[in-house]
Amino acid sequence: MDAAAPRPKENQGEPLPRVDARLKVTGQAHYPADLPTANLAYGALATSRIAKGRVTKLRLDDARAVPGLLDIVTYGDMDKVDKPKFGNSGATSIGPLHDRTIFHDGQIIALAVAETFEAAEEAAQLIRAEYEEEKPTASFDSPGTKTVAAAGKSPMFKEDVKAGDFDAAFAAAAVKIDQRYSTPTQHHNPIELFSTTAYWQGDQLVVHEPSQNVTGWKVELARQLKMDPANVRIVSPFIGGAFGSKGPMTPRTAIVAVAAKRLGRPVRCVTSRMQAFGTQTYRAETRHRIRIGAGKDGRITAFAHEGWEVTSRPDLYVVGGTSATGRMYGYGSVLTHVSLVQADRNTPGYMRSPPETPYVYALENAMDEMAVALGMDPVEFRRINEPKTEPIGKKPFSSRSLIQCYDQAAAAFGWAKRDPKVGAMRDGDWLVGMGCATAIYPSAVAPCAARVRLTSDGEVRVQCGSHEIGTGIRTVAGQMASERLGVAIDKISVEMGDSGLPPAPVSGGSISTASVCSAVLKACDAIRSKLFAAATAEGSPLAGSHNEEFDLADGKIVAKSGASAKVEDVMKIMQVGAIEEYAEFAPKGATPEALKKLYAGTPEFHGGEQDEDSVKYAFGAEFVEVRINRYTREIRVPRIVGAFAAGRIMNTRTARSQLMGGMIWGIGQALHEATEVDRRYARYVNRDLQDYLVPVNADIKDLQVILVPEVDHAVNPAGVKGLGELGNVGTAAAVASAVYHATGKRIRDLPIRIEQLLA
Amino acid sequence: MRPFVYEQPTDISTAVAIASRFATDDDQPTRANAQFIAGGTNLADYMKLGVAEPNHLLDLNQLKEAALRQIQVTDGGIRFGALVRMGEAADHAEVNRRYPVIADSLRLAASGQIRNMASLAGNVLQRTRCEYFRETSWQCNKRVPGSGCAAMDGFNRQHAVLGVSDACIATYHGDFAQALIALDAVVHAEGGHGARKIPFAKLHRQPRDTPHVETDLAAEEIITAIEVPAIPWARRSLYLKIRDRESYAFALASAAVALDLDGETVREARIALGGVATVPWRAGAAEEALQGKKLDEASAGAAADAAFAGAHPRQHNAFKIELGKRTLVRALLETRDMKV
Repeated sequence: MDAAAPRPKENQGEPLPRVDARLKVTGQAHYPADLPTANLAYGALATSRIAKGRVTKLRLDDARAVPGLLDIVTYGDMDKVDKPKFGNSGATSIGPLHDRTIFHDGQIIALAVAETFEAAEEAAQLIRAEYEEEKPTASFDSPGTKTVAAAGKSPMFKEDVKAGDFDAAFAAAAVKIDQRYSTPTQHHNPIELFSTTAYWQGDQLVVHEPSQNVTGWKVELARQLKMDPANVRIVSPFIGGAFGSKGPMTPRTAIVAVAAKRLGRPVRCVTSRMQAFGTQTYRAETRHRIRIGAGKDGRITAFAHEGWEVTSRPDLYVVGGTSATGRMYGYGSVLTHVSLVQADRNTPGYMRSPPETPYVYALENAMDEMAVALGMDPVEFRRINEPKTEPIGKKPFSSRSLIQCYDQAAAAFGWAKRDPKVGAMRDGDWLVGMGCATAIYPSAVAPCAARVRLTSDGEVRVQCGSHEIGTGIRTVAGQMASERLGVAIDKISVEMGDSGLPPAPVSGGSISTASVCSAVLKACDAIRSKLFAAATAEGSPLAGSHNEEFDLADGKIVAKSGASAKVEDVMKIMQVGAIEEYAEFAPKGATPEALKKLYAGTPEFHGGEQDEDSVKYAFGAEFVEVRINRYTREIRVPRIVGAFAAGRIMNTRTARSQLMGGMIWGIGQALHEATEVDRRYARYVNRDLQDYLVPVNADIKDLQVILVPEVDHAVNPAGVKGLGELGNVGTAAAVASAVYHATGKRIRDLPIRIEQLLA
Repeated sequence: MRPFVYEQPTDISTAVAIASRFATDDDQPTRANAQFIAGGTNLADYMKLGVAEPNHLLDLNQLKEAALRQIQVTDGGIRFGALVRMGEAADHAEVNRRYPVIADSLRLAASGQIRNMASLAGNVLQRTRCEYFRETSWQCNKRVPGSGCAAMDGFNRQHAVLGVSDACIATYHGDFAQALIALDAVVHAEGGHGARKIPFAKLHRQPRDTPHVETDLAAEEIITAIEVPAIPWARRSLYLKIRDRESYAFALASAAVALDLDGETVREARIALGGVATVPWRAGAAEEALQGKKLDEASAGAAADAAFAGAHPRQHNAFKIELGKRTLVRALLETRDMKV
């Protein structure tokens, strides 16, 4: 075992290598834009250079003169198609070619289609628009914003949580803080670019596109194109990074489908990285005001969290992280309020831990400030405020191992060696700072279907319309089947990423492992039941042992007594060559329509704070060391340790990899990532990876992930809490705390950069 | 992407002759119909973005003159062939021994992949990465003369504070050039009027009211070599680059420093500043301020103040003055403390 493959502890699965690892590292994994397609035509987008106004005229002559140009899809050409809908399957309600109104910078104004990629690009660049320009509203503080209360604007954010009498408790508190924090605009920038390839086979439409939600897209695209969803197929076998950006479908998909229909041949459109900033979703900038009041003993008596989030004019996208921050600690009283601030921007969308990343950053930075105000160790401050029940609904936690995470991470990090005095730790010309923060993510689960087939030869095929976004879901689904059917992983194939497969929910909200594994488990158990029944029937090898417990191992049905029968032989008796089971998993508390909604692409989420019996969260603790040069103030992170507890860990290798990636992202959020908005024009400025900085290998030195054992039978049948979005929560606050410890400067606005530390 | 003619001339005079056919008197080299390409790490990018639109691309990689690919160490100094790749020069033992500031400036630039492609001459001639220059939907006097400058009152955190004009504040991002200007390098070029030598300090032009005029070169002129004079005390030299992340980022501020010390007293200092100016920037006032002085934090600070005395900040880049000064102070002290 090495660092990449941690030895499994209690309730943790084997660190099997990814089943598709070889395909990926040898270039044999076909991402959607790589799938071989005959007779392709290529599309390129033309986008607006203004953020608000109208397109009065499009001059297409130069573009049409490009040799090899086949078609230009623009205003008027989408009139027979319905406009997109904003929601889980749709990124925005803006139908960019339905209406000459420009709602945001980089809005699609045309699609040029040509015989070659190069000709399409050239033609798109030659499309000239004339505009009737209006002065756009860029962001917070710009003239013309409209602010509305967020509660009730999204099914995911029903109310502003509260408990007790905050005002009275805060007024009476012996120690208090009242501070403001902010997070910047961020774009996902997955390395795999966004693309759509569409072709028609008669009335049937096939779309190859990286997607985290093939079922939802099938239904939404069929609605837009006024088709039967049965005639639409979305294919997305591998996804080269998504982070939420490939969750909702964007208007481009229908436009490319229409282009393919007009031409009668396949059309592929790969969006440039620059264009992705305006045509896809993003994490909008947020602002926070946090008030915390506590007694001198460190017990929090009052907590208020107000949040403001930017969204577009047409769509009210809400992240609303107060639902988690309001339940984080044993506050005496809680007051929260979330507001949406509408500006002339594209509609934001899900980005890895959408609510928790900004909101927990603000909370945890405030918690560190409060610990300083109290003169307490920040770990002890959290220990003192560890709750027995969550403060809003007074429900128990299904499991909560936060303190174990803190203790294990603190020990590995060497927190005890930290001199708590600000600016006291140095190494030559480098100021040393150490900080910590809590990670939290709701443990949700959704209905899911899966089909599993076991052949008499001992081969297994698992089929599920979930999505391999890099998390290792194919591998862990295979591991679940391997475990339940007693078949080695190399005899198991797992098919995903196709809307023709049994439907799975959107791969978002860290629900996939729990939901998919629960469905696979159910299908496998149905196969087991059939085999066990047949094996114990009259005249069968294990006849008469009805009351025994059985298991499957190495191609055999094994009774507890030790008696066994070969699966192959039992299938002969059954006169079958294979057993195939189609299972539909519905979580506890699912409504009667839950499965119907899954097929309709609008799955219910359960768990988190929504269940009656308990609230369900995964927790972690992250410790960071920063070094800041005493002259030039650049900030480096030589060490980071995170300890996480997330119920059953299906595979310690893929789990560690997810958490490590999250922590690295968290460092980027703390120090690097920001999309800059030119406030005069409401336009994005740094639309490429040259100027949109993320950490590079040289920035990441000593990184340690600790998987803290935890058993939770209440979360879902698989006992799994999602952890894909846990690792990057809290990291930025831990960095901010470490920067404060090193310099005495409390930076409340991300990212933390040299200029904030020079003064 | 626009169609273009691609040619691979096999000797310098042919390359110059072909380029001369397309050169017109009123066109500046950056806007000429024919462009030279070597590593392609900058030009190919800008062609894809529609920033550069040459109709003819002259690939210099097939030129047969061997000296173009050689690093020659002589009594007079060191001579870099124009087509030597950044990575080769950064790894060259004599470059590292004699001119640490050159090796540092190359090693800290770009990424390993880019350093393996990019030629030294191309690196020196790289164009600004100003966000408003890179993207054709913005106003830019450098890209379209007279169209205005969107960066001036826009997001200009990366932009220059030295050598700026009312027309342009785009930063010259190169690192290698700072080492070269500090060491009084000389550029060898061949063009329609024959071969000539250009002091490195005269190669680049400040933007003034013609930011699209970037160098002293004619459209058909090719850099053939870069020569650095022998400076025995340049073994005490370094390049310090300060940036938002550890690697693969442009300098927010950098300093190329070489010191001739008599004990702790400065006989001669060579200083250039990167990330803060519109062109490679020799900080003559800072050099003078140090001459004959004991080098300590105070005298280094005074030199840094002198270096930035003429700085003009905009809304988002004012921090570069303080950062640039601190970068220079740190670089001077680290150079003083080098074991040579």
